[in-house]
Amino acid sequence: MELAVVWSVLVAQTMLALAMAFALYRMARGPRAQDRILGLDTLYINAMLMLITFGIRTANTVYFETALIIAVIGFASSIALAKFLMRGEVIE
Amino acid sequence: MSHLTDLPPWAALLVCGLMLVGAATTLIGSLGLLRLPDFYARLHAPTIATSGGTILLCLASILCFAVLQSRWVFHEVLIIFFVTVTTPVTLMLLGQATLYRDRFEEQQGVPRKQKPAPGEE
Repeated sequence: MELAVVWSVLVAQTMLALAMAFALYRMARGPRAQDRILGLDTLYINAMLMLITFGIRTANTVYFETALIIAVIGFASSIALAKFLMRGEVIE
Repeated sequence: MSHLTDLPPWAALLVCGLMLVGAATTLIGSLGLLRLPDFYARLHAPTIATSGGTILLCLASILCFAVLQSRWVFHEVLIIFFVTVTTPVTLMLLGQATLYRDRFEEQQGVPRKQKPAPGEE
């Protein structure tokens, strides 16, 4: 059964890479600034999921800690960018 | 050979299923982000990726390492908690900022702000 898990990890990583490519396209080509921020938000979530699949494959705790840090810091960055769009400055 | 050898077949099949469904959900959400025509429609698409995909993939990881009993599954629980709490906040704030910008530029097809009734002020 090990082979089944390894192959499904590979397939899941391919799908996540495709999803990251879509988000990257939206970030590069998005017509306006809010589209780019949405693309960045999706991109970091997809990268976090990719790290979790790496963690399942290797059973290394470092991957999960990295995923946790990305989840927390990405939220702060998205909030800061959205606030910048609204007010024109981050810290008032 | 690796830690996955010790996984019993039922757990391996469940982990495979959860992982594939989670990745497919994420792919569908990102496809929506790519294909939908309008920003307000696009705002809805990544939520399925973040909530559904994250919860399913973390469940696969929790199941794998809970059956193996090789490491704590605290990280996954925290990731599910943070992502579920923070995604609506982010997207709501982004939608609000976009609405503000569209109203400011007086774009077509954006709901106008309610005018205050003459009695109040």
